Amino acid sequence: MISFVVKRLLQAVLVLLLAGLVAFSMFRFVGDPVESLLGQERTQADIERLRGQLGLDDPFPVQYYRFLERAVQGDFGLSYRQGRPVAEIIAERAPATLELAAVSGLFAIFAGITLGVFTALRRDSVLSRSVMMVSLIGVSLPTFLIGILLIYVFSVELNWLPSFGRGETVDLGGWTTGFLTVSGLKALILPAITLGLYQMTLIMRLVRAEMLEVLEQDYIRFARARGLSERAINFRHALKNTLVPVITVTGLQLGSIIAFAIITETVFQWPGVGLLFINAIQFVDIPVMAAYLMLIALMFVIINLVVDLLYFAIDPRLRAEGGRANV
Amino acid sequence: MSDIIGPESDRSSLKRIWTSDLIWSFRNAPVAICSAIVLAILVLSALFTPLIAPYNPFDPSTLNLMNGFSKPFEKNEFTGDLFWLGADDQGRDVFSTILYGLRVSLFVGFLAVLLAMAIGIVLGLIAGYAGGITDTIIMRIADVQLTFPSILIAMFIFGIAKGITPIELRDQMAIWVLILSIGLSDWVQFARVIRGATLVESNKDYVQAARIIGRSSTAIMFRHILPNVVSPILVIATISLALAIITEATLSFLGVGAPPTQPSLGTLIRIGQGFLFSGEWWILLFPAFTLLFLALSVNLLGDWLRDALNPRLR
Amino acid sequence: MRVLGGILLAALLAGTSFASAETLRWARAGDSLTLDPHSQNEGPTHTVSHQIYEPLVLRDTAGKIVPALATEWAPKSDNPNIWVFKLREGVTFHDGADFTATDVVFSLKRAMSPNSDMKALLASVKEVRAVGDFTVEIETDGPNPIMPNNLTNLFIMDKEWSEANNAIEVQDFEGGEETFSSRNTNGTGAYRLVSREPDAKTVLQAFDGYWGKDEFPLDVTEIIYTPIQNAATRVAALLSGEIDFIQDVPVQDLKRVADAEGLKVIKAPQNRVIFFGVNQGDADLASDNIEGKNPFADKKVRQAMNIAINREAIRKIIMRGQSIPAGVIVPPFANGWTQDLDTVPETDLKAAKALMTEAGYGDGFSVTLNCPNDRYINDEAICQAAVGMLAQIGIKVNLDAKPKAQHFPLINTLETDFYMLGWGVATFDSEYVFNFLVHTRDDKYGAWNGTRYSNPDLDVKIASLASEIDLDKRNKTIGEIWEVIQEDVVYLPIHHQVLNWGMVEKLQTEIQPEDQPKVKYFELK
Repeated sequence: MISFVVKRLLQAVLVLLLAGLVAFSMFRFVGDPVESLLGQERTQADIERLRGQLGLDDPFPVQYYRFLERAVQGDFGLSYRQGRPVAEIIAERAPATLELAAVSGLFAIFAGITLGVFTALRRDSVLSRSVMMVSLIGVSLPTFLIGILLIYVFSVELNWLPSFGRGETVDLGGWTTGFLTVSGLKALILPAITLGLYQMTLIMRLVRAEMLEVLEQDYIRFARARGLSERAINFRHALKNTLVPVITVTGLQLGSIIAFAIITETVFQWPGVGLLFINAIQFVDIPVMAAYLMLIALMFVIINLVVDLLYFAIDPRLRAEGGRANV
Repeated sequence: MSDIIGPESDRSSLKRIWTSDLIWSFRNAPVAICSAIVLAILVLSALFTPLIAPYNPFDPSTLNLMNGFSKPFEKNEFTGDLFWLGADDQGRDVFSTILYGLRVSLFVGFLAVLLAMAIGIVLGLIAGYAGGITDTIIMRIADVQLTFPSILIAMFIFGIAKGITPIELRDQMAIWVLILSIGLSDWVQFARVIRGATLVESNKDYVQAARIIGRSSTAIMFRHILPNVVSPILVIATISLALAIITEATLSFLGVGAPPTQPSLGTLIRIGQGFLFSGEWWILLFPAFTLLFLALSVNLLGDWLRDALNPRLR
Repeated sequence: MRVLGGILLAALLAGTSFASAETLRWARAGDSLTLDPHSQNEGPTHTVSHQIYEPLVLRDTAGKIVPALATEWAPKSDNPNIWVFKLREGVTFHDGADFTATDVVFSLKRAMSPNSDMKALLASVKEVRAVGDFTVEIETDGPNPIMPNNLTNLFIMDKEWSEANNAIEVQDFEGGEETFSSRNTNGTGAYRLVSREPDAKTVLQAFDGYWGKDEFPLDVTEIIYTPIQNAATRVAALLSGEIDFIQDVPVQDLKRVADAEGLKVIKAPQNRVIFFGVNQGDADLASDNIEGKNPFADKKVRQAMNIAINREAIRKIIMRGQSIPAGVIVPPFANGWTQDLDTVPETDLKAAKALMTEAGYGDGFSVTLNCPNDRYINDEAICQAAVGMLAQIGIKVNLDAKPKAQHFPLINTLETDFYMLGWGVATFDSEYVFNFLVHTRDDKYGAWNGTRYSNPDLDVKIASLASEIDLDKRNKTIGEIWEVIQEDVVYLPIHHQVLNWGMVEKLQTEIQPEDQPKVKYFELK
């Protein structure tokens, strides 16, 4: 058990190092930060001076090592664009993204499970077929277009919901929340739907497929034969058994939600880390980009690790094999 | 099926699916038939675009800017030209541009999925069959890959490619970079499924037997194991195709998609969304509906395929 | 409940002033990069600074230089190298400190320090000194006839405040510390900072102790500034009434905004000209298909391109009428501009083709055009249109459009053969254009000259402008320089940009040609 955990942890560190290398090497190609830092009136001498100051003239491994050394201490340097510590900026922006991700995740899970169960039980009804169809339309259009169409309908034409930003936020000791104000809650609706739509469809279809499969299993047939009520069968037995894969998938999708928040945040001017990242790309703000990618990597590695360990704890067969079956 | 052992049985079972079950199921699924028809129309028009399209919007010398924003079915006030579905901000015929864009989107989608499939199959088979350290390394690479969401990977590859391709090739580069980046970000699914199946299959008697009689590893992997995973691969491939087309569109929004001079459907939608409020709806809606029909029909086919290939659900 | 109670209480306490509060909800694509007034020489950054800080002299809504913290200024009668500025008395900073000459000396020296982004504007300054409490002398290397033009974005900070808060230095990237002044402010401006989340929201409130309380309308008592990057979202926010004022209405949405109830659009030419540069100096081009020769080096090719571009069509279709076709790369606001220079070349494809044949490129050639896609109004679409127009005369152009941060370095590193650039003339004088765009590139000059154009005679003339005090003679030289530039077709001008501000009906203001609104001038009806 311990050797397995240690092995996995070492692998996770290796993955992080690799991810860091990939992220860091990317920046050499996205553009020259010096150009954005200096204004219209810069001279060649200014450019060289600043390159020296930022350490951009050092060999690549030196720059990478310096980056890692500081990153381990939680120091991602100063944002070229804002002139503030990157860690501080990310801490300030994280609540917006996490709240949005949480709401869209919850939306995806609840709507997904409800609709999934419904479409499985009423497999051939018109309503359930339309639900399936509409959900497919939702994933057959790019996210940015869905966001803009939602803005057009609900903000411009109907004037019900705000088109951008978080509304009023309340500061709870460094964590700004939009949950405590009416405008904050209203502002969450459109972005959360835009972001969660894809995951909702995914979960819905997964639940539906699992339910259909489970309902065909022998033990359900036995239960039915024993005269258990449909309700008890559907919810106590069938749904319960579909939840394991749903939880796994949801866990793995959590990272995707945060990554795809980049697009939703750009469309809705949502002041989270995704928008920060896009701005950083446009401004070639290397420290912010590096920190963002490292954090995303860290998050995925943790999620993977937790899932691995859970599998290990649940499924004794894997103990012999020493790993989870990657299905 | 467990009563028959050996490669012949696998091939014949495959054949059986294709000849009877699958077709039977298809004939009884009106949604699948409709999707197949829509998809066939779209693919055919993409294949024969130069014959169908009244204009070639990819040839800039044929464009007249004064045709810009021509309304559908109305003559342009300056030039007197008529465009069925209107013209966009550059004076391009929207109908022709959609056809050419469809061609780009499908080309990118198909090749990206093929690439993902090829990488996934090879790595999945190797990982599952070889096991041990090879398996660990490949699956850890898959983890790194999953660590970076597809759009980030694509942006990353795009950035690198822009840096290393010679200036005179950059114009043509965009499409290939898209294929490479979407393909590279999508292989993990294939690899995982195949590795899983390989782990299961390679312990079965017929594979052990093949090994004993001295068949080469490659032969075992491709002849014996692969045919068993054709159905899940097919399902994943279909869904990946829809995903690849949408990913391409999303990348366009982030500014790393097909260039505006040779637009894909995604680029057209990105350009068109700027005209949503100003009343030139045709620049956005026609490409958007084309993309919707394309992705939807592929998704619906994938759906049907999954149900059809999973006998327990019938 | 406690939040609600707090709001109610605040409302009660605020009493009547709360009821009469007039909030301006303001959006544009980009946010201020930093609140430190000397660390970024960039439009949106200055815009926010202009509400909080003040320079010695200011450009008003018409672009005219008017007094701000200085009331009078003139070169010293016995020494043309020295400008004397008389300062306004009775001005206080937001923290209550008095404004004096020592603050001006401190601020200008700060702006000249190596980490300041504003130092180029003060490059000729030798010394700044206080003469008494309310007089400042600025001494330059030689006579600088347009000194005040350089000072309109140089903001004055409080010396004591900066010293107390360790903000003497402008942002220092090497040191890795955040400067206090990048997040906190203490200016003399009409509005003081209440709160700020970068890229999200900046809140400003009218400053009670403002010196100009009786001089300016100051109808707006609170400003909420929000950057909204996505153009469609920005327009949606204005249309849905969530925003009162946007500075950059996309040209296609002007009609929709103007037609919307309670909204209006005001337009005026901007101090910015858009043009193409071509590499005419190198022996061979990297991105073309002609070996060993540079087609752009041939003046006939440049002339052909110049008359192949249909500026009127670009204005009509791509810009929806919102541009002024240009014949020269200097805006009408700047000294040295003449109607004659700005005559737009007649589009003539036949003549263009003839010129191409004459130059030996009758079969055309191919080349890459580098273009930004997030900097100027419809930049990418203009480039795309140019691709089509140049295709008509056989030039096959590959378009490479990318974000500004990746585009502009190409000009700096001379990696582009054909590029789009826009230029605003901060000093409102042609010299600024010559120094950066025309002079041969060296350490001091030609930083944005990506054309590799080099004309030693012209360089001498350009350098002479800096210290010429005889304005007539200076203007004559400027005219001569322009003649050569036009004759050599150094650049291919496209148009002057037009600013479009969308706002609620009750807001009354004129457009500032530098796109620098100063809210103290805004009236509400």
